Amino acid sequence: MKILFKGIRASFAGFFVLSSFFVSAQTDMDAIMMEKNAFCVGPMYSYSSWKDYWEGTLKRENLNIGKVTTQTYSIMGNYGITRKLNALFSVPHVKTKASAGTLYGLDGIQDLSLFLKWRPFQKNLGPGMLSLFGIAGVSFPLSDYVADFLPMSIGLRSKTASARVMADYQVGNIFATGSATYVFRDNIKIDRDAYYTTEMHYTNEVEMPNAANFNFRTGFRNHRLIAEAVLNRWETLGGFDITRNNMPFPSNNMDATQAGVNIKYVVPPLPQLSIVAGGMYTIAGRNVGQSTTVYGSVFYVFNLSRKEKSKSSDQPAKTN
Amino acid sequence: MRKLFFYSTVILAAVATVIVACNKNVEGRTDNAPALQPSNNDLNAGSWKPILLTGPTEFAVAAPSATNTPDYVAQINEIKSWQTNLTDAEKNIVKYWSAGAVFRWNEIMRQLVAKYNLPPYQNPDGTYPAPSAANPLAYPYFPFANPPYAARAYAYFSAAQYDALVAAWHYKTLYNRAAPYKVDSTIKTLIQKSDLPSYPSEDAVVAGVCIELMKLLFPGEQEFIQQRAEEHKRSRIIAGASVRSDIEAGEALGKAVAQKFVARARGDRAGAAGGNATLWAQFEADCVARGEIPWNSLEIPKRPPMLMMFGKVKCFLFDSLTAISLRPPAPPSTSSDQMKKELEEVYSYTSDPKRENIAKVHFWADGIATPTPPGHWNEIAAADFLKKNFSEVRWARNMALLNMAEFDAAIVTWDTKMFYFNPRPSQLDPRIKTLTGEPNFPSYISGHSTFSGAAATVLGHIIPERKAAYEAMANEAALSRLYGGIHYRADCEVGLTVGKNIGNYAVQRAMTDGAE
Repeated sequence: MKILFKGIRASFAGFFVLSSFFVSAQTDMDAIMMEKNAFCVGPMYSYSSWKDYWEGTLKRENLNIGKVTTQTYSIMGNYGITRKLNALFSVPHVKTKASAGTLYGLDGIQDLSLFLKWRPFQKNLGPGMLSLFGIAGVSFPLSDYVADFLPMSIGLRSKTASARVMADYQVGNIFATGSATYVFRDNIKIDRDAYYTTEMHYTNEVEMPNAANFNFRTGFRNHRLIAEAVLNRWETLGGFDITRNNMPFPSNNMDATQAGVNIKYVVPPLPQLSIVAGGMYTIAGRNVGQSTTVYGSVFYVFNLSRKEKSKSSDQPAKTN
Repeated sequence: MRKLFFYSTVILAAVATVIVACNKNVEGRTDNAPALQPSNNDLNAGSWKPILLTGPTEFAVAAPSATNTPDYVAQINEIKSWQTNLTDAEKNIVKYWSAGAVFRWNEIMRQLVAKYNLPPYQNPDGTYPAPSAANPLAYPYFPFANPPYAARAYAYFSAAQYDALVAAWHYKTLYNRAAPYKVDSTIKTLIQKSDLPSYPSEDAVVAGVCIELMKLLFPGEQEFIQQRAEEHKRSRIIAGASVRSDIEAGEALGKAVAQKFVARARGDRAGAAGGNATLWAQFEADCVARGEIPWNSLEIPKRPPMLMMFGKVKCFLFDSLTAISLRPPAPPSTSSDQMKKELEEVYSYTSDPKRENIAKVHFWADGIATPTPPGHWNEIAAADFLKKNFSEVRWARNMALLNMAEFDAAIVTWDTKMFYFNPRPSQLDPRIKTLTGEPNFPSYISGHSTFSGAAATVLGHIIPERKAAYEAMANEAALSRLYGGIHYRADCEVGLTVGKNIGNYAVQRAMTDGAE
């Protein structure tokens, strides 16, 4: 079997909300590609919590909410259509809980994310190898969950379409990957038929500002181990601040800068199997919780090519 | 598997196309409300019964100059000079305000309530600061426009508009000055022509009332209010509906009438409604003396019950003794089997809530940063009034009836809440989690239910063909509080009944005010 898998999608969740983009954005932000007909799939668990949050730019706690925790169970997969074109998906189940106050924690199936990841360019350049990627994605809710009950909502319900450019450079076992993403977000409908942002709106439709994401990751990468430091910046391109002692709203101007580590290890006796673990911490934000997230997952790679099945090798191949 | 990925790709492309291509502009239901075209000008409205005024002539309005005087001609020319070069912005404000003065100012009022409906954050020592009317722009901003505050604000605002328009109608028919477009046929009219005499301007009357009352109700919003009022008055001149003297006389009349309401408001005991720690302890002690478990603030730090003395505020539709007589009998004892049963029912609705019930809870929640339940009922009323082609004076009369009932409902509800000091479900059973914010005041009776019962009764009288629909809405609003885990069934059902009783006082008034 000629693959390494890859894949994790860390939950960057634990925001006031986790846009599905946030929950799933990881494998689609790394430079690893599956071989043709290889299908890597596995469960992921993530635990995210925050006590402090930013009310606009003011950092505060809320004794009537206490600590908000978000647990996410996801199934994620990555299929090699060709070695230059991969398709990825993710389906999370999300559950929220507040440690103080009376607010009811919600749970349910959140958004399906689909990505196509394309590597049109890969060349030796100087001492290393440069790869360029284009990634397109969409996400949409799989259930009728409640968006307008932040911070207990499990998601924002917005259908999204995202376009990303990404570059990766590797010298020996050291690599760096950078990407920039533009996220189109569709308007959402809420259960109320009127709401106040900075003025009254007499409609159940909420205009959702688009967003941008910037991701940088660097570290060690060979066929057995990836150990990387990750820096991520999510920026909502519009929206309004939470006013003093108000509740959050889906179209708030949510920004976050997060730093973390991510490790993937391929189990030597069984190279189809890999283990992924990591964590992210929010170092700056606006209208979001200052979340700390840890996650872990296990992936298994299947070779779906009937022809090649018999001669599949147990040797992991170089994947990028 | 390949097929699956092929389909995924197709879905991805389709969804992406839809999302990227879609128009994000959200249009509100009333952004393009049609111009008001009264089916009846209610020319006898000068004889309708006012609320506070002794009669329509309590405030004098001087006779206007004749339409053949140089002064009047100059005013006609002012309209013409506006109209020679109209910008899109000017056309837009004409269109916006042509939907109706009472209607648009009601919307503005709701927006201000939503903006100010935020509970103050605690002090470092765990106490809570009180907003100060004298210093409204310093945190905590004045007012905290919570439901009782909002109910009172809507009531004064609507009642003053009504009285001022009754007086305006008297002078309109007395002086009978024709609209500018009837005097000079070369004037363009950007609004529907009307046979209603134009002096004093009904639009300016309403604007004048709002300018004056907002100093009392939202003193931090002077600049905003002045700006909207200037725009409103200008829109009527641009539209060719009024000359400047129509506007000036109307504004002066509106302000004068409003001052009478301001004087009443300053003496209606709302200023003392915040109460104090001694009164709070007394409510608690009285409850314990009756052998009941008293209400306890579930907030951290513990917050005093919202406007604990609001039950003592002076009503519009009946006197204080009647208000006390409208207080319902005691709720089930906190130690009774009935209470256990009701508590279990609350738990059953919240332990695994149905999605459709969550939608009802959130639709009717009208919690912080909203126009409150009375504001929601104003919105429901306004949406229906828009279809009825009421004259401005009838709009104001109907809104006044609704909002006096809501205000008095708030007073009776708060009196009842403090009198019985009944705990919330989550206090008696901490397993109960709520699907909306836990209100910080006693449970019995439900304010939402009382407001809704009163509103449905008044609106059902004004628009009889919608009576059943309003009652269904009121029932849903009331039960949404049970589904949300913040009220027992008794709170909701008794609240609806008390609300209907209060609403009937407004209906009694409606049948005798000369408008029917």
